[in-house]
Amino acid sequence: MGLLSKKDAKLITDPLADNNPITIQVLGICSALAITAELKASLVMGIAVLFVLGIGNVVISLMRNIIPSKIRIIVQLIVVASLVIIVDQVLKAYAYELSKTLSVFVGLIITNCIIMGRFEAFALGNGPWKAFLDGIGNALGYAVILLVVGFFRELLGSGTLFGIPVLGDPIEKTGLYSIGYENNGFMLMPPMALIIVGLIIWVQRSRNTSLIEH
Amino acid sequence: MSLKSNLHNLKEKYKGTKMAPAFNALHTFLYLPNEITHNGTHIKAADDLKRTMNTVIMAMVPCLIFGMFNAGYQHHLALGTIESAQGFLGASFWTWSNLVIGMWKVLPLVVVSYGVGLAIEFLFAVIKGHEVEEGYLVTGMLVPLIVPIDLPLWMLAVAVAFGVVIGKEVFGGTGMNILNPALTIRAFLFFAYPTWMSGDKVWVHGAVERAGTADAISGETILGSYAQSQEVVYSYADMFFGIIPGSIGETSKLLIILGALFLIFTKIGSWRIIVSTLIGALAMGLIFNGVVDAGWISSSSKFFGLMSVPFWQHLIIGSILFGAVFMATDPVTAAQTNKGKWIYGFLIGFISIMIRVFNPAYPEGVFLAILLMNVFAPTIDHYVVQGNVKKRLKRLKVKTA
Repeated sequence: MGLLSKKDAKLITDPLADNNPITIQVLGICSALAITAELKASLVMGIAVLFVLGIGNVVISLMRNIIPSKIRIIVQLIVVASLVIIVDQVLKAYAYELSKTLSVFVGLIITNCIIMGRFEAFALGNGPWKAFLDGIGNALGYAVILLVVGFFRELLGSGTLFGIPVLGDPIEKTGLYSIGYENNGFMLMPPMALIIVGLIIWVQRSRNTSLIEH
Repeated sequence: MSLKSNLHNLKEKYKGTKMAPAFNALHTFLYLPNEITHNGTHIKAADDLKRTMNTVIMAMVPCLIFGMFNAGYQHHLALGTIESAQGFLGASFWTWSNLVIGMWKVLPLVVVSYGVGLAIEFLFAVIKGHEVEEGYLVTGMLVPLIVPIDLPLWMLAVAVAFGVVIGKEVFGGTGMNILNPALTIRAFLFFAYPTWMSGDKVWVHGAVERAGTADAISGETILGSYAQSQEVVYSYADMFFGIIPGSIGETSKLLIILGALFLIFTKIGSWRIIVSTLIGALAMGLIFNGVVDAGWISSSSKFFGLMSVPFWQHLIIGSILFGAVFMATDPVTAAQTNKGKWIYGFLIGFISIMIRVFNPAYPEGVFLAILLMNVFAPTIDHYVVQGNVKKRLKRLKVKTA
């Protein structure tokens, strides 16, 4: 390993699987349902949360000894809000179309429970390096689920991946469409995202039965 | 040695092995098992789950057969190869060529529905190690009756797999489901492949292929025509007897009523739910008629077409009757208390007609209304039971005071 001690590595790998913020802690569901109809939006959302949570955790961790505990929520909100504004402005400047697709959900990263949760539960009690790893790990765990859900929804709902047609052309009837295949409109609706997240949870818990609560 | 005892011996031999549930299911489907109970007092009755399910299927068979004739009839009529039947016993309706087309299109739907659904049921039974339950027998028969005739078979297979897994197995199988599986399947189809589930092209066999060509044929349903404020060309008798385009099994109100009487007579369907659903539908229809009579809505409004339908006519157009008799009465997903059944049924009818009128995109709101009330059924029951508890507590207080 060298670079990371075993304990530090666990900070990153745990949220990817057995302590995933979406499938185990069931946080940050709203954005996971709303923006995963396209893989591109899922990826950008994942990166945005990675940026906000990685830096935010470090900032909060550095300030943890000088924040009065009575107003810590306000301080945390200001940190997230500033970071989210940076993300929003960058998206508007360099990826305007995408920022329109993500619409209000970029702004709503502020209220994403994963971020406030990590600030409260981890950054306030640990040093900056550990907080950084924890932030990266949780954001990656969030992004992985977003990408999996986005993959299935875009593939089955629109027949594309990252906007590139992979199953043929539905109008010209080429590829799979020539034998009668059709896109599943239900996949583009938020309920289907909830069902896919549910199926991921099902698979994960039947593979690791210690995750099942009684 | 008869087949029955052979099967019984095989069952004893493989008891406890992995495939045992699948084998037992086939065995009990064909014969009464040889097992006997060993202690305690038992009431012996023939109306077990298997008998119940089979009774419901028997009530649906007339609708299925009629659906086959009607499918062929609508196809030929739209092509102009036969004359209009002029009534239920018309000569051009009950013909071989109609039946053959109907069977050619409907039987594959039945086979796919049962094949996929039972395969999943068996799979879950083997994995989970419980017995295969009979619940799918009715669902598998309902599904072909509530889909358009030209639905591609692979879509049906995908929808059945979705409906059985998400609608039933994740809740714990037959008897545990919150939503009616057949309606879950239809809802999935409706939202996933809307072009195959609504519009004026899907209700007559052959219409989809011919769309956009010189031979184009159209088979708008009555609800569709009303929603677009068009003239309806079918007589009330045609609507009642079912010689109209529509989903396969829903068109003949006469046969649905016969099925309903059969279910009520055998005490399998709840007459309370059926009656209260129809009352609810009539009530909503009356309200809309009142709105029209009072002049609160102009004839240019997009709701006017369906709102001005005479209230009683709502019962013979669309699938409200089929839903009330075969869907709302599903004993698992309906309310369980008698008072609850009245409320549950009334709201189904009420909401069905409301969706039908207010959302022209979903002219057939019955399945959405039933699914919605499925979700509320336990809540209704809870309050009915609580209300009863309160009443009795009060009575106790009066007595003791």
